[in-house]
Amino acid sequence: MRELLSGNEAVARGAYEAGVALAASYPGTPSTEILETLAELFPQVYAQWSPNEKVAFEVAIGASFGGGRALCTMKHVGLNVAADPFMTFAYTGVNGGFVIVSCDDPEMHSSQNEQDNRIYAKFAAVPMLNPSSSQEAKDMLVTGYEMSEMFDTPVMLHMTTRISHAKGIVELNDKVVGPNRKFVKDPAKYVMIPSNARKRHVVVAERMEKLRHFAEETPFNVVESNGSKIGIITGGVSYQYAKEVAPELDYLKLGMGFPLPMKKIEQFVQSHDRVLIIEELEPFWEEMIKAAGFLKVEGKTYFGALGELSPLRVAHGLRDAGIVDRVDEPVYSAGNMFPRPPVLCPGCPHRGAFMALKKLGVAVTGDIGCYTLGVMEPLNALDTCICMGASIGNAIGMEKVKGSDKGTVAVIGDSTFMHSGITGLLDAVYNKSNVTVMILDNRATAMTGGQQHPATGKTLMGEEAHTVKIPELCRALGVGSVRELDAYDFDAALAMIKEEMARPGPSVIITNRPCVLMPVRIMEEPYLVDAELCTACGACFRISCPAISASHETNKHGHPKAIIDETVCTGCTLCAQVCPPEAIILKSQFVKV
Amino acid sequence: MTKTMNILIVGVGGQGVLLASEILSEAAMNAGYDVKKSEIHGMSQRGGVVSSHVRIGPVVYSPTIGEGQVDVLMAFEQAEGFRAVNWLKRDGIAILSRTSLIPAIVTGSKQYHYPEDAVADMGKIVKKVIGVEADKIAGELGNPRLVNTILLGVLSNYMPLDLDLWTDTIKSRVKPKLVEVNLKAFQRGRDIRLTAVSA
Repeated sequence: MRELLSGNEAVARGAYEAGVALAASYPGTPSTEILETLAELFPQVYAQWSPNEKVAFEVAIGASFGGGRALCTMKHVGLNVAADPFMTFAYTGVNGGFVIVSCDDPEMHSSQNEQDNRIYAKFAAVPMLNPSSSQEAKDMLVTGYEMSEMFDTPVMLHMTTRISHAKGIVELNDKVVGPNRKFVKDPAKYVMIPSNARKRHVVVAERMEKLRHFAEETPFNVVESNGSKIGIITGGVSYQYAKEVAPELDYLKLGMGFPLPMKKIEQFVQSHDRVLIIEELEPFWEEMIKAAGFLKVEGKTYFGALGELSPLRVAHGLRDAGIVDRVDEPVYSAGNMFPRPPVLCPGCPHRGAFMALKKLGVAVTGDIGCYTLGVMEPLNALDTCICMGASIGNAIGMEKVKGSDKGTVAVIGDSTFMHSGITGLLDAVYNKSNVTVMILDNRATAMTGGQQHPATGKTLMGEEAHTVKIPELCRALGVGSVRELDAYDFDAALAMIKEEMARPGPSVIITNRPCVLMPVRIMEEPYLVDAELCTACGACFRISCPAISASHETNKHGHPKAIIDETVCTGCTLCAQVCPPEAIILKSQFVKV
Repeated sequence: MTKTMNILIVGVGGQGVLLASEILSEAAMNAGYDVKKSEIHGMSQRGGVVSSHVRIGPVVYSPTIGEGQVDVLMAFEQAEGFRAVNWLKRDGIAILSRTSLIPAIVTGSKQYHYPEDAVADMGKIVKKVIGVEADKIAGELGNPRLVNTILLGVLSNYMPLDLDLWTDTIKSRVKPKLVEVNLKAFQRGRDIRLTAVSA
């Protein structure tokens, strides 16, 4: 049976085939679909969204200690959050097999950085597999569980956007029966007090030696010989790019990217005149291979360390290295085009908050979610974005040094607040910050597709769950002033933000309109523009609503009047509230003369 | 087909680009070809540019197309079609829906300009351009969501896939009550060919 599966879908299928007992994660592009697919197609695998990646990782560790095969998936920066348990779990090792899937995002298609998480495998001394296709993603996940149990170690499956979100044909297999294990008390292995940890670190070093031998034997590290004097060492999606551009060369494909099969590499290097290493982002393999003494290998000199690779980039690198004569360059160019950046949806409740913040001219520390789009033209209403939960800490610091004369407001979404905003707010209370925090509660993890979280009342698997009451939570932390705001009421937003900024001590404003897309699409009666009243002032253009566009009608200065696309207008009323001549009118009250 | 064929489908978030590439890929797999397709999810979906790379051949390596190697470019929005012209190979074919979606950032801006007629702009530099009145045809068929099926019909003229494969895949992908109108839309697209349309 063959199916066209994305890398993420293939991992979900692999989890089913490997008999995984528990999967835990926090949503993050490009990893999200792994758990969504599990919940949708393989409900026999227990899967859950945790509040953040650290908790997800700890839950998965618990499942492994308990004897079940465990899966933990996350985007690259999620592993920063989960790095604490990850590093020490490498010491204890597993009971049931454990695979951590790290989905990296070279080129930052939907991320704040493009860190190369292969380095984490080396940092933690954990073996790593590097699939180059959907088929390999599934096969390597299944083998990963066998390796994990054989060597008593967590295993990392390293994916990138072009593996996670590319579809390819996958051969499906039946479910295998994994070992039936239970928790066995073993404090010397599972309790990492210094005296035990020192002994376990020795075990880690011994394990690494065994894994080095395994790396020499595994069929995932394979030489493809075409009789060329030029050899390429590569892996992951870079292998596919290189094969596309130069199939005639010899290849050493690293399906297991850590630890490296140095004997195999030595043989490959010695049997070729030149050896090039093609890898995305950091010179991870290149540095290790050079450190092992094989100084003639070349890599980042020709293939850059920034951004993702592509067939064309690999072709350019091979040309610069003198290996291919010519490259088929693109022949056409569109020249300078207008940009089409992502924007807040028509009716998005975040728009109202940002309109008010922009008008007040305050410093706005931002966070990760749809509302990060508040930075885009023409809203220009968000000033910082670092990582999940950073907005509150950033605001506390900025306010302590009086960095903004007009004051500082933190904006954070509901899911991000659950993820890592609560501790920031605790800091604001504890350290007597005067910061104002706006929790933009749209009741969904919207940017990644509307996933559930502890304040939505549902689990990943669709069960009813306790709903955290965000206002009660904030009061319990000790915030004196916690108020709710209708984000569609512009004047109320202005007034409330001003009042709360003037109030001493930390305060919280929670906007309470749900996302217009999820879980139900919200469409109220649309508004229309009366062209006779419209003066073409442009006020409605500046709120950046995709439902509003320029009409062919102009005023006497040639400025375009506005029109509203009634098929996408949700009737949120914000444009009507900022229209000076009151030309934006509810459709049913629109009387055409 | 001995070489890999590259199809790039572009549009704006929400237009149905991903469903179209899904149908194309599945039809090609059922024809016995190796298939890979690649696209970007996440932030770009919020009204931004969406593109899907589809590669079909005996053995396909890269999941993405090399810039300048596209055999057929299919655009759900005409300016997005023109924006992607750098992906097209010299003798490639461009199929552009005459749909215009002007983003908020352009509206009322002095800095940015939306092209008057992107199909004509494309025709000035590319030989094989087909402008499709997809919105108009969909309107005639009574459902604006048929645009992607109409465009797939146009595309089918340039793909080595039998008609049965297309119709079977469409049947398996749309709701039973919408099968008939989708097949009609597909045929309306299939009736449009390069020679019959002035760019």
